[in-house]
This record gives sequence, C-alpha cells and structure tokens, in this order.
Amino acid sequence: MAEHTRAGSRWLPRILMTPAVVTLFLWMIVPLVMTIYFSVIRYNLMQPDQTGFVGLMNYEFFMTDPDFWPAVWNTLVLLGSVVLITVFFGLAIALLINDPFPGQGFVRILLISPFFVMPTVNALLWKHMMMNPVYGVLAQIWTFFGLEPVNWLTDYPLFSIIIMVSWQWLPFACLIFMTALQSMDREQLEAAGMDGATYWQKLWYLYMPHMARSISVVIMIEVIFLLSIFAEIYTTTSGGPGNASTNLAFLIFKQAQLSFDVGVASAGALLAVVLANIVAVFLIRMIGKNLD
Amino acid sequence: MQSSPNSSSGKLIIRTVAAWLVALILFFPLLFLAVTAFKTEGQAIAVPSLWVFTPTLENFVEVQARSNYLHFAWNSVVTSVVSTVLGLLIAAPAAYSMAFSPTKRTKDILMWMLSTKMMPAVGALVPIYVIAQTAGLLDTKFALIVVFTMSNLPIMVWMLYSHFKDIPHEILEASRMDGANLWDEFRHVLLPLGMGGLASTGLLCLVLAWNEAFWALNLGSAKAGTLATLVASYSSPEGLFWAKLSAASLMAIAPIIVFGWFSQKQLVQGLTFGAVK
Repeated sequence: MAEHTRAGSRWLPRILMTPAVVTLFLWMIVPLVMTIYFSVIRYNLMQPDQTGFVGLMNYEFFMTDPDFWPAVWNTLVLLGSVVLITVFFGLAIALLINDPFPGQGFVRILLISPFFVMPTVNALLWKHMMMNPVYGVLAQIWTFFGLEPVNWLTDYPLFSIIIMVSWQWLPFACLIFMTALQSMDREQLEAAGMDGATYWQKLWYLYMPHMARSISVVIMIEVIFLLSIFAEIYTTTSGGPGNASTNLAFLIFKQAQLSFDVGVASAGALLAVVLANIVAVFLIRMIGKNLD
Repeated sequence: MQSSPNSSSGKLIIRTVAAWLVALILFFPLLFLAVTAFKTEGQAIAVPSLWVFTPTLENFVEVQARSNYLHFAWNSVVTSVVSTVLGLLIAAPAAYSMAFSPTKRTKDILMWMLSTKMMPAVGALVPIYVIAQTAGLLDTKFALIVVFTMSNLPIMVWMLYSHFKDIPHEILEASRMDGANLWDEFRHVLLPLGMGGLASTGLLCLVLAWNEAFWALNLGSAKAGTLATLVASYSSPEGLFWAKLSAASLMAIAPIIVFGWFSQKQLVQGLTFGAVK
C-alpha cells in the first residue's frame, strides 16, 4: 500500500542502488577484463620488444612454478589457522570477561587495541621487538626458562605470520562475541541453572546456538581480509625462507614487481580469483544461511 | 548452598586475575613499542629489556626531521576521512533501498558485493597501476581516495544494510502516510534512527582506510604516501634502530588508537553486522 503512495516509488529504490552497484561493477570488471587480456599476451616490462598472443602459456608457466602449490597451501593454512585461533580464543576471552569484574572497562580497552594497529607496524613490531632471536622479548622469555631462543622468522616463518595476524584479528572476534553475549537471555540461563545444567551444558546448548550467527559474521569478515594477506609478509619474511611463507598474493606480487612479468602475474591473479570464488562458494554454502 | 558466597567470590577473583592477565599479555607488544620509543638506541636493544630509564624525545624529533612525519600524517587524515565520507554517500542510499524495498535479488546483490572484496587486491594491482599511470594519478591522494572508497564499499553497504533493517518499517510507513516526502523521511526518520549505524560504519572504515597498507605501498610514495608507507620505509636496512622505528610506529598508530578508544562503545554497537537480534 504505502509503496504506491508516492509517484515513482517503484523506481526510486533502483536509482538509489545505482551508484553503489555501478561503481563496484566498474571496480570489478575493468581490472578483470584488463587482467584477462594481459594474461594471454607476452608482457614483460624488461623485454618490451617481445609481444604477441601466447594463449595459455602464462597460466602454464605460473602453475608449473614450483612455488605455486606451496603458495596455495600456505594461503589456506594461513586463513584456516587464523580463523580457528581467533574464533576459539575470541569466544573464550569473550566468555571470560562477559560478567562484571573490577576493571572490566579498562580490560576491554586493552584487549581491543591491537585491532587498530596497522599491518606494517604489527609486522615490524613482532619481527624486531618480539621475535628477534637475540634481543627480542620472546628470546628473553625462552632464556629465562633455560631454553634455547627460537629463530622465529627463519625456522617457523608461516607460524610467525599466523601469530602476527591472529594478534591483530583476535580483538575483532572478541569485540563481536562480547556484543553478542550481552544479548543472551538471562532468564533462560537462570532457568537452566535451576534445572541443574552444568557450565558445559549451558555453553553447548544455550551459548553456542546464540553465538552461531556472530561466529558466521566473524568467519565471513576474516576470510574477506585474510585471503589476501600481504603487508605482514612483505615487511617481515618476504615470503621466505625459500617459499615457506609465500601465499598466493605474495607470489603474484613477486611475479609482477620482482620479475616484471605482467603476463604471468595476471595469469596468477586470475587463478587467485578462482581460488577466492571456490572459498566464497564453500563459505556461503556453510554459513550463508546465518547472514540474513 | 552454604559455601556459595565464598566460592563465588573466589571465582570472581580467579576471573578477574585471568581477564587482566590475558588483556595485559595481548597489550604487552604495544606497551613495549610505546616504551621503546622513549629510549636511546643503546637502551632499546639492552638485554634484559630496560623498564626504568630517563625518557628521551629525541627519536620523535628525528623522525619528523628525517621523514617529515606531518606530511604523511596529513595524507593519512585526508585519504581516510574523504574516502569514508564518500563511501557513506554511495553506500547509504543503496543500503536504504535494500533494507526498505527488498526484492528477490537483494541478497544476491549483497553477496556479490561482498565477493568483490574477497578478490586479492594484488590481482587488481597491475590494471589499477596501469590506469593510474595512464591518467597521471600515480602517487596522488586522489587515486588513494578512490581505491580506499571502493575497497571499503562492500563492507559499508553490508553494515548499513543490517542497521537499516533493524529500523521498524512501521515508522517509515506512518511517516509516508502523513505525506512525508523522501527528504522529510531522510531528515526526520532515517537520519536520527540510523545515526548509530552511520557512525559506527564510518568509524570502522576510517580505521580500515588509515591502516590500509597494500594500495598505499603500491600507489603512493613520496607525495601521497600515508603513515603506513612511512613506517614501511623504516623496515629493512635500519632494522636494529628500534627506538626510531618505535617512535615512527607510535606516531603512526597513536592517532587512530586513541580515536578508537574514545569511540569504542559506538564502534562495538555497529560491529554486529546484524548478528545480535
């Protein structure tokens, strides 16, 4: 009824949608078309005289690069580990600080702070001050307990990156879970307590269903940002040693900026788009229902 | 039942200690960074780490003198504020129409928008670089503003959409019955009721733009570089100049962290993405 009280109200919603849809469409389609074009020609900035159509050669070159499958694997390991760590510890911390205790507000402020730290600072802070095998804080702790300090970035490069990224995203997961916990039904919890439900039963049957939606939101947002982790790798390990901490994003960057091979980098970019789409389809199947 | 006051106060103590411990561990790296910024280079790498020393401001002075901090800070302020405002102007009407006139395709459009954000930025690097170069926009604030706006837009639409959806339809319909036009509706209903959503969306995108490193590193350098670029320039060869690195880092993150502390209540309310019913 109300929809028809104003002339043109049928068109208005579409007009209002237009700027966002058109700009996003251009933002997606223009680079995509250019990338597809670059990916089938010979285009190396160091050999400008060599040009021409090469078919799928760039794809073959990128996919037979010995670093390719490790990079795909690293991308997924990085994504999966950080999501698991942040969701698990995020829930644990949110449950821990949900009920009032002295200094709750201040603890909250301390906890969320790492989320505001830019990735370059995060990376440099961990690389130098935390993980340096001689002067770093972790080395001092290891020495204090009589252990041999670990050379983090050399011996466990991917794990080190996982720590840095988790440190940044844990506060985000915490924040969302804390907010969701605030809206738990108190009476239901008390009733369950009266009926003699244990803490774990309450956790599983009352808290978890209530949190399902916010867990989905956290996973969704983290996947969006973590599929293309770049700055942390760029500023710390540069993908090394070898290819140990190279993800797909960094491998493409290496092809474009270090080998100057735009054609191969573009083929890699399209493969990354395919991977992103596979992950997106899985994700929307799994948790899309929760995002209404 | 008799032991309950005792055991519950015992539990409170355990909970308090555990919560403070976790918070301090997670905050510790930042505390260490902030303290190191006030040390001399020699003190910075002392083992064991010094916690009592005479603080110096020398590092901050040197960072400003050597790399013109204020220039990069200004670029960060301009690019993040302008891209956030621009993003809100584009996202809000779209979110409004998705929330109040949903069609069968609304959900698909939303998912499509989010999926554009899943593409690794590095995939679009070469084309965007070529376009920026051809248009003479390399190393300009304008290019960074456009890129920041576009990369935050999907998140903005989603956040605003979930906020607007929580506004009861009846209020809008009642105001339409009373003959309100679109402007009245916007001014008297949507703006007051959607203010929380607009504010928290804006805040999050401000943080994301301020911290954006990939495009800032690749498209900006001397002229348009943001604070993320400034910090990256302190990375490799000067690796062991911890004090200066810390001072530059602290200067880069302090504005947005302090801003985040003050606005955290507002930000938290918005970060639910409709996850709380």
